[in-house]
Amino acid sequence: MIVEIGHYALVLALALAIVQGLAPLIGAIRRDAPLMAMAQPAAVMQFLLIGLSFAALTHSYVTSDFSVVNVFENSHSLKPMIYKISGVWGNHEGSMLLWVLILALFGATVAVFSRGMPDDLRALVLAVQSWISAAFLLFVLLTSNPFARLNPAPLEGRDLNPLLQDPGLAIHPPLLYIGYVGFSITFSFAAAALISGRIDAAWARYIRPWTLGAWVFLTLGIAMGSYWAYYTLGWGGFWFWDPVENASLMPWLAGTALLHSAAVMEKRDALKIWTIFLAILAFSLSLLGTFLVRSGVLTSVHSFASDPQRGVFILAILVFFIGGSLALFAFRASALKPGGIFAPVSREGALVLNNLLLTTSCATVFIGTLYPLALEAVTDEKISVGAPFFNLTFGPLFIPIILAMPIGQMLAWKRGDLLGAAQRLVLACVLGVAGMVVLYALRGGSVVPAILAGLAVYLTIGSFTEIYGRVRGAKDASSLVARALGLPRSAWGTAIAHAGVGLTLFGLAATGWGVERIVSAKINEPIAVGPYEVVVTDIAPRDGSNYKDLVAHTQIREGGRVVAEMDPSRRSFTTRTMVRTEAGIVTLGLGQVYMNIADVRIDGAIDLRLYWKPYVALIWLGALVMSLGGLLSMADRRLRIGIAKRAATRVQTAAAE
Amino acid sequence: MTRKGRRLTLIAAAVAVIGVAIGLALFAFRDGVVFFVTPSELAAKTAEMRPNARMRIGGLVLPGSVQKADERHVTFAITDNQTEVKVTYTGLLPDLFREGQGVVAEGQLINGVFRADSVLAKHDEKYMPREVADSLKQQGVWNDGSGKQEKK
Repeated sequence: MIVEIGHYALVLALALAIVQGLAPLIGAIRRDAPLMAMAQPAAVMQFLLIGLSFAALTHSYVTSDFSVVNVFENSHSLKPMIYKISGVWGNHEGSMLLWVLILALFGATVAVFSRGMPDDLRALVLAVQSWISAAFLLFVLLTSNPFARLNPAPLEGRDLNPLLQDPGLAIHPPLLYIGYVGFSITFSFAAAALISGRIDAAWARYIRPWTLGAWVFLTLGIAMGSYWAYYTLGWGGFWFWDPVENASLMPWLAGTALLHSAAVMEKRDALKIWTIFLAILAFSLSLLGTFLVRSGVLTSVHSFASDPQRGVFILAILVFFIGGSLALFAFRASALKPGGIFAPVSREGALVLNNLLLTTSCATVFIGTLYPLALEAVTDEKISVGAPFFNLTFGPLFIPIILAMPIGQMLAWKRGDLLGAAQRLVLACVLGVAGMVVLYALRGGSVVPAILAGLAVYLTIGSFTEIYGRVRGAKDASSLVARALGLPRSAWGTAIAHAGVGLTLFGLAATGWGVERIVSAKINEPIAVGPYEVVVTDIAPRDGSNYKDLVAHTQIREGGRVVAEMDPSRRSFTTRTMVRTEAGIVTLGLGQVYMNIADVRIDGAIDLRLYWKPYVALIWLGALVMSLGGLLSMADRRLRIGIAKRAATRVQTAAAE
Repeated sequence: MTRKGRRLTLIAAAVAVIGVAIGLALFAFRDGVVFFVTPSELAAKTAEMRPNARMRIGGLVLPGSVQKADERHVTFAITDNQTEVKVTYTGLLPDLFREGQGVVAEGQLINGVFRADSVLAKHDEKYMPREVADSLKQQGVWNDGSGKQEKK
């Protein structure tokens, strides 16, 4: 019964989405207030209906209702509760339901938190959002219905793919989807601006919290996915330039560019058309990502069972929204008035450079990702474009971004002083170069990691130079703190997010100093890795609820003293007869000892793979710091919704007086 | 600066950056692109390939061919049931590496022996490297284990 309610709620949501897509649109064109006012309650209701539907599916998972095909194929009564719940989105149907749920959530939040917005803009945004929603609801209902029944109901389910039974994977899809789908709101805002033909600095202020929010979650989602790959896939890599990863990196790059160009538009009323274009691009790339991952064009753990019909459907949605929005852009963009002028050397100029480099690097990722697909479609030749391609194209394009980041922060709007900025960055430059020399002397090896690490030092310190300049003149400590706290939160947000990029870069650079050992070890035989010694003290079986472990109890010693212990294991899943290695990872300082056991041989020796990865934790910590910067920037008073309205009323009262 | 001047600066910068990007991409495509071949294709095309070109070969691990010289030096043969290629690999094989199973090896062909530096095994029926699945399907030796019947 609950399953049918869930299914029915989804059908109702589709009907409502169609109404919400049409009525407010007509209302906005005819300036009909009641029609426009329909948008808000409809958006909230649509979210509640999809939420109900999602709750119904979750209920079937939690109660292991195997009469539902989806539950039967992806769950098991003995599976731990957290994976019963995460199993809801650990499969194609459920993950698409999560997708539309988040889409509707964004629509509802716009409806609730948009009191300061002009009525017609809000109506148009919600209408466009609902179009997307209707398309994906139709997709779920027609090709990927999670509520299909199975008769007679089997007694036991087939279990979730063991690779997905992992706490990291329980939260990775929701984070990533909030990021992906978050760009739907900026897309809807862009389409609304194009339909109404009006766009101004206030528009940029409206979209900024949404862009920032989506960006923060996308950053976290990518970092989480990368950390998952690092500790599950078992060879210590964290980024493989796999098409599926690239699919999430492209919207991130476009979204980062959008964030910066929207800042220019908000402050200086310039780059309007470009900002609109980026808003369309960011969501188009999200859609492309969904298509690549969900259509089965690529095979990976993400594509689940693939079905060509679904691929064609998503492709149709893709063509409709990207084509439609670009057509709208082509027809209407020229009607938008261009904004203010600025000198090339200025904050705006630096942000334009940032945009240019980010979109170009995004384009190289795009080419590297899609070229193999295109080539295979045309010539039937199969190639793979791997890390060397991306390292050679993406890397060189990112280095100027890093060099320019602190300088850009330092330049004034409209007309900046390059020499002055450079002078204030002397300290960061000196420390960066010193870092390069010292690290190269200490670590030896290739010169590349030292150069990158030095750049990272320059960037991290350079990011705070602007803040330092602003608080420097304080007389005593308390006024210094007062000044620092008095700075706009967005200034702190920028500095912290940029420093986060620096930290991540340092972590990436440090991979060059890592140690990898593949050895065969006996019990109690010490193996040296980096500054530590690793000793396997015991091998024992251990039972889990739906798996069996073979655990190698391991100690890590430094100078004979035990500093940490870990339990890497081989985990056999009973239902799917699949083995997975569970890496043992111990964080010491910012570095990690990483160990995988491969085989236990008859004579008792264990084949194992050991890594010492200095500073590796910075890769993900940096991403966390970036997100923190984004959140701080979101919390800036200036961006809070409603401020714009208060300013507008003040103008009105002034005019009335 | 005038609007026209600004636009010219912008266009010049854009052309420069995009030019550099295209140059890098073309350069990287020479070495960064890896072709996927089956053992038969490899045998047929060896002559026309650049020496030491990196490639991926995919097929089944020939039953009985796996030999471990010591812990980490493994040789085995990859077959598409027509031709087979001898592969050497140093390192730990993936968990799901088994004789008779689908596998993709990446590396170089040196003196008729494929020296692999990475070996990917099929994860399970659904997560097999797609190239392997396709070429097996073409040869009609695809064993569709993803059927609906429950495995117990």
